[in-house]
Amino acid sequence: MRVLLSGNEAVARGAWEAGVAVACAYPGTPSTEILENVALYPEIDAQWSVNEKVAYEVALGAAMGGRRSLFACKHVGLNVAMDPLMTSSYTGISGGFVVVVCDDPQMHSSQNEQDTRWVGIFGKLPVLEPAGPGEAREFVKEAFAISEEYDTPVLLRMTTRVSHTKEDVEISERVEVEPRPFVRDVAKYVMIPKNARGRHVVVEARMARLQALAERMPCNRVEEGCGKLGFVTAGVSYNYVKEAYPEASVLKLGMAYPFCDEKIAEFAGTVEQVVVVEELDPFIEDHLKALGIAVTAKDASFRIGELGTAFVRDIVEGKKKHATPVTARKPLFCAGCPHRFAFVVLKKMRVYVAGDIGCYALASLPPLSSLHTCICMGTGVTLVEGLGLAMRDERVVGVLGDSTFVHSGITGLINAAYNKAKGVVVILDNSITAMTGGQQNPTTGLTIRNEPTKKLDLEKLCQSCGADNVDVIDHSDIAAFEKLVTERLAEDALSVIIARSPCKMIDRRRRPVPAYEQELCKQCGLCLQIDCPALTAIDDGFIAIDGNVCVGCNLCTDVCRFGALKKNEA
Amino acid sequence: MKRSVCNIVFGGIGGQGILKASEICATAALCEGHHVKKSEVHGMAQRGGSVESHVRFGDAVYSPLVGAGLADFLVCFHKDEHQRLRPFLKPGGTDLTDYLEPAARAITHPRHLNTFLVGALSARLGIGEESWTKAMHAVFDAKILEENLKVFRAGRSVEIQ
Ligand SMILES: Cc1ncc(C[n+]2csc(CCOP(=O)(O)OP(=O)(O)O)c2C)c(N)n1
Repeated sequence: MRVLLSGNEAVARGAWEAGVAVACAYPGTPSTEILENVALYPEIDAQWSVNEKVAYEVALGAAMGGRRSLFACKHVGLNVAMDPLMTSSYTGISGGFVVVVCDDPQMHSSQNEQDTRWVGIFGKLPVLEPAGPGEAREFVKEAFAISEEYDTPVLLRMTTRVSHTKEDVEISERVEVEPRPFVRDVAKYVMIPKNARGRHVVVEARMARLQALAERMPCNRVEEGCGKLGFVTAGVSYNYVKEAYPEASVLKLGMAYPFCDEKIAEFAGTVEQVVVVEELDPFIEDHLKALGIAVTAKDASFRIGELGTAFVRDIVEGKKKHATPVTARKPLFCAGCPHRFAFVVLKKMRVYVAGDIGCYALASLPPLSSLHTCICMGTGVTLVEGLGLAMRDERVVGVLGDSTFVHSGITGLINAAYNKAKGVVVILDNSITAMTGGQQNPTTGLTIRNEPTKKLDLEKLCQSCGADNVDVIDHSDIAAFEKLVTERLAEDALSVIIARSPCKMIDRRRRPVPAYEQELCKQCGLCLQIDCPALTAIDDGFIAIDGNVCVGCNLCTDVCRFGALKKNEA
Repeated sequence: MKRSVCNIVFGGIGGQGILKASEICATAALCEGHHVKKSEVHGMAQRGGSVESHVRFGDAVYSPLVGAGLADFLVCFHKDEHQRLRPFLKPGGTDLTDYLEPAARAITHPRHLNTFLVGALSARLGIGEESWTKAMHAVFDAKILEENLKVFRAGRSVEIQ
């Protein structure tokens, strides 16, 4: 049967068909839908973990215990899981273990553009790279087979255009896999230096066997064509090559690492000009050059962003990437979003805001322009401490979400308390992981399958971490919120303010649209500064409220100084 | 006979139901026995930013994206986005932006815009009615299926002078 599946749905389907028993992840675009779809299969023990390191370790444990297991994350998520990843390469597994990583060329929804294929070299692990959903399903199954045969975690590297493309995919049924017996094997699983030295030898021998396997892998395939060009390509780029040069010869690398050196050399010998087409870093290019093969490769300008069919022609012709101007509309907070309340206040207070990753990062864009850093998860706490050490006279407020705080903020808060740091951290608790589409987390009291579970008590947690003050406030009362932040900033203390108000994706209640009296409006534009999608400027600086969009949060009535916007109690 | 690839670009702003529209279209093409690819965007851009979804179907589809100047159809959900999206259209391609006005008159709620525009598109694609009906059943929850079928039919029969 053929069904329409996205790359992420196909990974979930393939894993289920392969008999996977355990799957763990922390959400992150473009990988989130993998676990969301895995969770639809009752045979699989699925979880949103607290962060990627935890997810990786739980899944690894299940694999060591003999069950097929899967871990999924976005590219930067793997940074958080690198510690267990590097040493699990040494220990190996027992039941198959597949590590799915979704890169985001073009940074559609990410803070950097790192290329995960290098982790194959760095971690000495095999990497498979599908070109579309159909292959994603097949390669996951293949990855489990390789994992068990070679006793290694296997990386499956996806990109946004593979994860979020849908195509018709042939599906089949689940085949249950017998759990492998668990063996106590200290030399394999206790990585003290003595044992690790022995395992490193095993890893190097494994790499040699995997390289031999790469030569035989059917997914490293030659498509013979005509003409003088021969393309070496992988992943989604393969599609662009086929589209631009349908007649040309192609060596498609389904196994990105280790390389099939003999097959590559043989292919290079059959064509006049070898062209490498790959997104992001020169991973294949550098390797072919090291093999002494003369290649035409993309200009360095193409290392930035995605490729496309037209770009393939430019690469062959040796051109530079002509950057297209961005004309897309900027994203903004939803109507009624509680984050808007916080940033209207912080902007007014003119404080320096150490931000973090989540919907609230949108507050950095004009006109709100009130978030000043966003690096990686957890920095909404740690940068308050670090910046405070450097700039003693600047008022710094840290801001991060509930999911991000649990992911990486807790350790930073303990560190601040332990090292006697002072300052204010605001946890924007909207009771959901919103940026990635609304996933549960320990603060919501629900699991990935929406089953009730233990709910994390943020207040008690922050107290235990050592915060001097822990306040809880509904910050839709912006005057009260401003007063509280001002007071806490004036104190010589470490303070956490939990600003609690639900995300509008979960709280769908609507209140009446405010009344607008144009006669009272002084056209000052202050209400437009809150960047609400329901408010638009019309002629002469007057405004219009879109009643379909407005949810009646009344923030605009709070900022209007002339009473032109009024709460409608009706 | 090889069927050539049909290229459609859907675009508008987050929250307008663009991914749902392309989902109906891709599902109908699949029911008709085509090889289909459809691209989506998730995450950041969806918060009121520009959203685009490409659908390509035929016998052999490689790229999930429609290149500039290659779209047979442009289904634009918001007039402010038209200027940005128009370069996708090939010379002689069909621009459904003119359907925004009749759509606004015909529908009672903005959430029906996507179904209406897919209805309008459906009359021009050479995909049988039965496949469209199957697709609508596959994509919509039973609760809202009937109202959407009605809107779809209204879009399908709309005429533009
Ligand atoms: C290490 C890492 N994992 C995952 C992500 C993806 N990600 C970005 S924001 C976010 C969720 C933030 O949720 P929360 O902190 O609750 O804020 P909200 O979006 O709800 O405002 C996630 C999962 C990331 N950027 N980095």
